[in-house]
Amino acid sequence: MAMTMAEKILARASEARSLAAGEYVTATADRIMAHEAFGACARTLLQLGITRLFDPDRVVVILDHYFPAPTPAAAGIHRVVRQLAERFGIRHFLSHAGICHQVLSEWGYILPGHLVLGTDSHSTTYGAFGAGGTGIGLTEMSYVLATGELWMQVPPTIRFELVGEQSVGLMSKDIVLHIAGAFGTEVAQYRAIEFAGPVADRMSIASRMTMSNMGVELGAKFAFFVADEQTLAYLRERTDERLALFGPDPDATYAGVHEVDVNDLEPQVACPHNPGDVKPVSQVGDVGVDQAFLGSCTNGRLEDLAVAAQILKGRKVHPGTRFLITPASQQVYLEATAAGYIEVLLEAGAHITPAACGACPGAHMGVLGTGEVCISSTNRNFRGRMGSPEADIYLGSPATVAAAAVAGRIVDPREFWTETTLS
Amino acid sequence: MENIIRGRVWKFGHNVDTDVMAPWSSLGQPWEERRKLVFHIRPEFVEQVRSGDIIVAGRNWGCGSSREHAPENLKRLGIAVVVAESFGRIYFRNSVAMAFPNIVCPGVHDAFDEGDEMELDLATAQVRNLTRGVELQGHPYASEMLSILEKGGLLNVLRERLAGQSEK
Ligand code: SF4
Repeated sequence: MAMTMAEKILARASEARSLAAGEYVTATADRIMAHEAFGACARTLLQLGITRLFDPDRVVVILDHYFPAPTPAAAGIHRVVRQLAERFGIRHFLSHAGICHQVLSEWGYILPGHLVLGTDSHSTTYGAFGAGGTGIGLTEMSYVLATGELWMQVPPTIRFELVGEQSVGLMSKDIVLHIAGAFGTEVAQYRAIEFAGPVADRMSIASRMTMSNMGVELGAKFAFFVADEQTLAYLRERTDERLALFGPDPDATYAGVHEVDVNDLEPQVACPHNPGDVKPVSQVGDVGVDQAFLGSCTNGRLEDLAVAAQILKGRKVHPGTRFLITPASQQVYLEATAAGYIEVLLEAGAHITPAACGACPGAHMGVLGTGEVCISSTNRNFRGRMGSPEADIYLGSPATVAAAAVAGRIVDPREFWTETTLS
Repeated sequence: MENIIRGRVWKFGHNVDTDVMAPWSSLGQPWEERRKLVFHIRPEFVEQVRSGDIIVAGRNWGCGSSREHAPENLKRLGIAVVVAESFGRIYFRNSVAMAFPNIVCPGVHDAFDEGDEMELDLATAQVRNLTRGVELQGHPYASEMLSILEKGGLLNVLRERLAGQSEK
């Protein structure tokens, strides 16, 4: 039977020959990711008398949500995680290499066709590599660490065919925000997404990661791109594992197919307090910003910093605005430094922080105060997400964030980013 | 697990996210501190909610993060069940794992006012507004999920599994 990417992955993971949407399976994870949550999960297992994991080599543990620790309690959790990772024999303990999704991707831990379970809702990011990544909570993760297995319902899949020409100044973030606005944040609830079409095929790996990342903001369980030659080339530099192209069968069954035309699409902004409250930037109105934040697993990669550097080159951050930049990983930070972006950004007056989740979840390094306004390259603008419940968060592309940092208010980034400044 | 639930309704709108149910600042705090920080969109709810109360919500209740403190906090507040038009799927899964019931019921948001009495049969997902005398049909849990709920959550399933292994 012809299968979607989700059906293929869950069929293999549950040793079924073929599967259709709606069926329940017990699936075994190929890769298991836990961040700071590993501490609580491992403690639960010890309380149950479990001292050995199903397969420690499938597990990756990393500290990202609040590194460097902002409080003694946070430092204590990090300490416990380090001790328990050692006790349970975790070889892939990545310490403070950056944000989980970025680091697992750039270190070649995510392979096409694999089922990846993580203690983080943005595990959908792994769909950019044709992997079935999805987020689970602590209780389910404890179960998975012990058994390798989890019950899953095979999701129906919807396809977004991305067509047209992506104009200069329009980023993949704008496209995914546009989808959230036009189709709603429940369009993929209890479903998987396949992003396809010529625009998806041409997109960089980093840009695909942005869209798969925000798949969860559309409700999705998985948010795939086909694993193509570009994917394999990216992974070949990072792993010795055997790699193969991976996509759906040509005549697979979809619950819906939506065409999204990116021609003439304006940069998009999600307004407070929901990622689905999206407007073209020209209709957002006059919004001054106290903080512009560039970072997170959505948009803290090299291409994002490159765009910011292009926009900030020869300009200054607006005196009424602070521009915080948190590279998504140490590797991104290093590459951005080597490329000269960091120097440009510092000269313009931006503040660069160590690689971590940073201001995104409101845990450290840039929380918002009451009455403040932030334009952010992250994925969620829920009330209180970045600090005070009385702060307003707008979401935009790295270009929109960088342009706002210069203008001190939300503006169309194409005013600052012309064909000639694009390298 | 008690199948028939009866209680007073608190009503919420659409897209109430897990950052509202469990803000970052509340994570890891002792319950008495946490209680003051959760559901900051409606402080009177946290002050007045009683054990056995029911939440009726609109679409996408629990969208957002995978933090299971969201259903945990609802449990701690004494909420017996959430009945909503639809749920964020990770929240929904986490709730099954923690044996906290949630029922999908199209039309429920319009069928209840705050303070109405609800009676709900968890096994059949029949929802009744005793105040207005209307009845709605929700989506019953699939047997795969119901069995986890009935065992009191996924950790109990794991306990059983371990016990089974040690007997072999
Ligand atoms: S950067 Fe933000 S969204 Fe991404 S994993 Fe960290 S907290 Fe979650």
